[in-house]
Amino acid sequence: MALLEITDLTQRFGGLLAVNEFSVRLEGREMCALIGPNGAGKTTVFNLVSGFYQPTSGSIKIGGVDTRGMKPHQVTSLGVARTFQNIRLWNDMTVLDNIKVSQHYRLGYSLVDSLLRTRRYADREKAIDHEAMELLEFMGMRDLADEVPPNLPYGTQRKVEIARALSIKPKLLLLDEPAAGLPSTDVVELIKLVEWIHKEFDLAIWMIEHQMTVVMSLCQWIKVIDFGATIAEGTPEEIRNNPEVIKAYLGDENI
Amino acid sequence: MLLGLVAMTQTGLLGQYAQTFLCTMGIYMILAASLNLVNGYMGEFSCGHAGFMAVGAYTASIVGVILFVGDENFGPALLPMSLAPLAFPLILATGFAAAALVGLLVAVPSFKTRGDYLAVITLAAGYIVKSALENIEIVGGPRGFMGMKKVVLAIEESLTVPWMLVWIFIGVVLTVWLLRRFVYSTYGKGVMAIHQDEVAAEIMSVNTNHMKLVAFMLSSGLAGLAGGLYAYLIGFVNPASFTILRSTECLVMVYLGGMGSLTGSILAAGIFTILLEFLKPLEQLKWVAIPMLLIVLMQFRPEGLMGNRELSDIFPKLKRFYRFK
Repeated sequence: MALLEITDLTQRFGGLLAVNEFSVRLEGREMCALIGPNGAGKTTVFNLVSGFYQPTSGSIKIGGVDTRGMKPHQVTSLGVARTFQNIRLWNDMTVLDNIKVSQHYRLGYSLVDSLLRTRRYADREKAIDHEAMELLEFMGMRDLADEVPPNLPYGTQRKVEIARALSIKPKLLLLDEPAAGLPSTDVVELIKLVEWIHKEFDLAIWMIEHQMTVVMSLCQWIKVIDFGATIAEGTPEEIRNNPEVIKAYLGDENI
Repeated sequence: MLLGLVAMTQTGLLGQYAQTFLCTMGIYMILAASLNLVNGYMGEFSCGHAGFMAVGAYTASIVGVILFVGDENFGPALLPMSLAPLAFPLILATGFAAAALVGLLVAVPSFKTRGDYLAVITLAAGYIVKSALENIEIVGGPRGFMGMKKVVLAIEESLTVPWMLVWIFIGVVLTVWLLRRFVYSTYGKGVMAIHQDEVAAEIMSVNTNHMKLVAFMLSSGLAGLAGGLYAYLIGFVNPASFTILRSTECLVMVYLGGMGSLTGSILAAGIFTILLEFLKPLEQLKWVAIPMLLIVLMQFRPEGLMGNRELSDIFPKLKRFYRFK
């Protein structure tokens, strides 16, 4: 069964056709990219997958489950995590709390447990705390546990956001422009990090990215969209030399 | 502390005036702390707190009358009056439950709207409650309702301790205790995640609708508890006690104390009650003086007295004396 199966996905916003008959199939463990010029509909595809919009037509299946009608938090608990183009950490919470609150889908205790401080509450809180610390340790950020995000450099905030996404143990990780706003030294770090994550965690990574160094050095397979429609797909080499792609990015020389 | 208070009233150190004053302060503390959950921790702007208080006050009053007094509208009393002191917490609990249910009125629209729009909805909810009460003849309409006065008198006769003070004290402790446990659990922190970034909260598996429901119901339920206590303290309720002015008082206390600080709310409620008492000679003019104070506060300390810190953040040694976390 495919990890992610999108069939003929279409999204209209009023008169605007944001995504047009988009299809994709991920088996799991891949690392691939979705690229295209600004306004091509890339983030809309991610928003559809994570459940923020309900598609006008077409279907999205995650692990065989149709996500139509699901709220984003329900889609997340199917094993889909994502990061945002502009980092969206909870800025008044510590890094540790950022990760702990993301475990809401498997808290395993109720309101009453939290008010009465039952045994179950204590056990679950302890386990969640322990696992969150373990993840931070594994990602080499243990000493940041008690920091609040605004005190961290931008690149580190991005890493924390990725750690938070990983904390829900996703099978599919969506990265929305992970390299946006990073200085070039941090981009090298980021490439190493994503490579390492792909090796260490059992998951598929699907990213939107404008920086071709990132896409070309990480992804085995690339899909290009423009004005909502797929214009090319293939390996990095095929994409690099595809005339359609060059036209979309650089414009038509005949104009 | 409770024992100390009771001892002081028994020895005559605390007169009737001081007792009523402390009771009022306690009720304001419950109101401020409960509103802080929605306005401070969740970052919504609810200005219908008086409405929930009214629901609690009227429900508790009516239940008291049905059980122990009985009249032409509610039929004969179901239980002998001698049980009233024992059943009092039960009466308060019905006030809590009814107000929590009405909290749903506001929680459901909050799924789709937030910010200014939700504020308007809460304002409307407050007005709906007040106007509804004015038009229900069975509870006296605009004249008010005082059937539970008999229950108050009966309990007063059978008990020598200042029972209202005791119950209000328990109410304040319970409120702070519940809210603290809620907001310090990973579960309750979902509410703060909604405040800081709702989109991120939803995507990181926080069921935001569920959390809003819980927060609104807990907050309005506690306001209902305050309402029940208020009704039995005064022995009389009327719609005019639960106007927008009362909601505004609650808001003033939350902002005075600091959004997201329970200690701040408690402190602010204390200061606010003292101010109300001392400004009494000004009569209506105190409603010029108190908003002025709020403007000054917003100018010079917009985060409130405590910001979002708790007493235990400022004096870490206090943590030794209690463990809430």
